Amino acid sequence: MTLVSGWGRFPVVDTDVLRPRSFMAIGEAVAGASGTVARGNGRAYGDAGIGAIRTIAMTGFDRVRSFDPVTGRIRLEAGVLLSDLIDTFGPRGFLPFVVPGTRFVSVGGAIAADVHGKNHHCEGGFGRYVDSILLRTGQGEIIEASREENSDAFFATVGGMGLTGVILEATMRLRPVETGWIRERVVSTSDLGAAMRALDAGDSATYSVAWIDCVARGSELGRSLIYLGEHARAGELPDGADAFPLGKDPALAVPVDLPSITLNRYSIRAFNELYYRMGAKRAGESHRVSLFPYFFPLDSISAWNRIYGRRGFLQHQCVIPEHGARDVLGDILERVTKRGDASFLAVLKKLGQGDGILSFPMPGYTLALDFPMRGDILNFLDEIDRLVVAAGGRLYLAKDARQSRATFEAGYPALQRFKAIRKSLDLAGKIRSKLSQRLFDEVQP
Amino acid sequence: MTSRKTVLVLGGSSDIARATARAFAKAGYDVQLAGRDAAVLEPDAADLRARYNVEASRWTFDVLDTASFETFASGLPALPDVVISIVGLLGAQESAQSDLEHATTIMRSNYEGPALILGLFAEKFLARGYGTIVGVSSVAGDRGRASNYVYGSAKAGFSAFLSGLRARASRGGVHIVTVKPGFVRTKMTEGMKLIGPLTVEAQVVGDAILNAVQRRTDVVYVSGKWRLVMLIIKALPEAIFKKLKF
Ligand SMILES: Cc1cc2nc3c(=O)[nH]c(=O)nc-3n(C[C@H](O)[C@H](O)[C@H](O)COP(=O)(O)OP(=O)(O)OC[C@H]3O[C@@H](n4cnc5c(N)ncnc54)[C@H](O)[C@@H]3O)c2cc1C
Repeated sequence: MTLVSGWGRFPVVDTDVLRPRSFMAIGEAVAGASGTVARGNGRAYGDAGIGAIRTIAMTGFDRVRSFDPVTGRIRLEAGVLLSDLIDTFGPRGFLPFVVPGTRFVSVGGAIAADVHGKNHHCEGGFGRYVDSILLRTGQGEIIEASREENSDAFFATVGGMGLTGVILEATMRLRPVETGWIRERVVSTSDLGAAMRALDAGDSATYSVAWIDCVARGSELGRSLIYLGEHARAGELPDGADAFPLGKDPALAVPVDLPSITLNRYSIRAFNELYYRMGAKRAGESHRVSLFPYFFPLDSISAWNRIYGRRGFLQHQCVIPEHGARDVLGDILERVTKRGDASFLAVLKKLGQGDGILSFPMPGYTLALDFPMRGDILNFLDEIDRLVVAAGGRLYLAKDARQSRATFEAGYPALQRFKAIRKSLDLAGKIRSKLSQRLFDEVQP
Repeated sequence: MTSRKTVLVLGGSSDIARATARAFAKAGYDVQLAGRDAAVLEPDAADLRARYNVEASRWTFDVLDTASFETFASGLPALPDVVISIVGLLGAQESAQSDLEHATTIMRSNYEGPALILGLFAEKFLARGYGTIVGVSSVAGDRGRASNYVYGSAKAGFSAFLSGLRARASRGGVHIVTVKPGFVRTKMTEGMKLIGPLTVEAQVVGDAILNAVQRRTDVVYVSGKWRLVMLIIKALPEAIFKKLKF
């Protein structure tokens, strides 16, 4: 048994970790225990990537099967990391259509969470660009699933958090790009309402996201910086510029767990003040940034999760339907600022409709907050959850480690349909994760 | 069109081989992958073609079948520019202490086979006037340890072979690289207790090999820390060393 946790380092759980070398060995690993789930690169924050009994590490499956340089269609094994795809195919003029805030996620993990990027409001989630998958079901079969063939399995797997089986391979489309640069425009706004209006106005931008200063209070509550972005065309680069600057491996690493006192209301306040002022200074004009700092600002520091100390941290990411969102988000932010040990990182963005049955996105605004694991934080987050549920919103499973069954059930009305499909793929119930045990498996361990 | 360079990777199905092949293909080399079962190498060959738009072929090669070496080497469609041997077998020290057959397999897989095949290519390269030969040995060959001296002694022999070959071949324009990885996270070391800061990913080894070939380095300790560790370990007097549980 090995102690395993997600990126937030809470909870830490004992599980067998297996590294099969072949698809056949994956099948044997699934068949051999009643409670297995696949794990990609462990970037889900909570307990989604941890098997009830057994966890299958997928990163060794990192081969590209085929690539069409004309259409950008690619077939690959599910353990390939997006960072690897970007490094390999970026210089050849292709990028993933959707990338989350870190590039160190696997294709399997990106499908399982149907991850959203800064373009979800106009281009949808990761799953939209997946044409088909090869799935090892709990039942023991290997099936190809697409929108046409085994479509139930396909739509349950996109966003299904690994609970329909192990994704072995995927065929997907990459986005043709002329450069590895983003044309970025920063807009600074003085409060939450203005931030939401700026995001609405940015609807036509390919990429948009707001960074919220969640220390600012009163009339400044929700003041933020909005980052809008477009892919730069080749003609927009100055002569001699490198068309595709590659991302460097993280140069900085957090070597040890910092005492959790490092992050306190004073250090966060000082940081946020500085960050806001620097951003506001750049506001207005449009400038060129490499795609790496634009999409993956946190990737330049490896193991930054250690900043929060050994007890780890929790992310709370909710989505609130558009109608009435202003009031609910204002209420949440106010409680967070009042509490004081606010999140270091608060991100607000607009989402469109999700594609999978359990996909997190729905039309509305999503707010993501980090909290160090200490004190009465669990109670506080339950309190926030009640506001989310009342507003008809939901929490993101890839970030969750603690929501209640009731919160989950209220947020995901398609759960019954998902369960039925899952059962048809896995009568004996071989596939189970710590997350599914916590939130919806009927048989408790 | 300028003709591309070719690298031959012996022991093609290991994690280090996959990583090394990728490093060379990324740098524009066509790749010949050789392993005991050529069929299982196809996914790796396909991966190289899809990623880097290079040619990748696969060949059957068994390091224990020394009688086949000449046929294998002359059967390749083109004499490669670079030959890399990543063949090795860790084996089980404890069984090797009493099981002569197992000990023989370890010795032959880590010394006899790799040395003979690289020696053979060295002759062909010398006749042609250029080429690079890479042998992946091990820090375990720097000093015999109680816990793995069967493997270590074979690697020691291989390292000595490579250094002698280097001295001779350099005059003929042929460069010999000795690579000494320390702990690498691979299927060979799966389940072993590795020392975190001294352990590297296979891709780091692959990149280091490419780098050594391009810069014509003689001996590479993949993690610089190992050079220091081994310097200390080699310097320990035998009287002290034998008392250490190492
Ligand atoms: C800094 C940071 C920023 C992030 N930003 C965003 C963001 O902007 N948008 C967003 O959507 N997400 C974001 N995330 C979350 C992350 O994208 C998801 O958690 C993603 O699923 C992680 O992929 P992984 O390969 O690490 O998978 P893991 O964390 O290992 O697993 C995640 C889920 O995928 C399943 N899974 C993994 N591989 C397979 C497979 N082969 N077959 C079946 N199931 C599988 C697991 O069972 C688990 O349920 C962020 C995470 C971090 C750490």
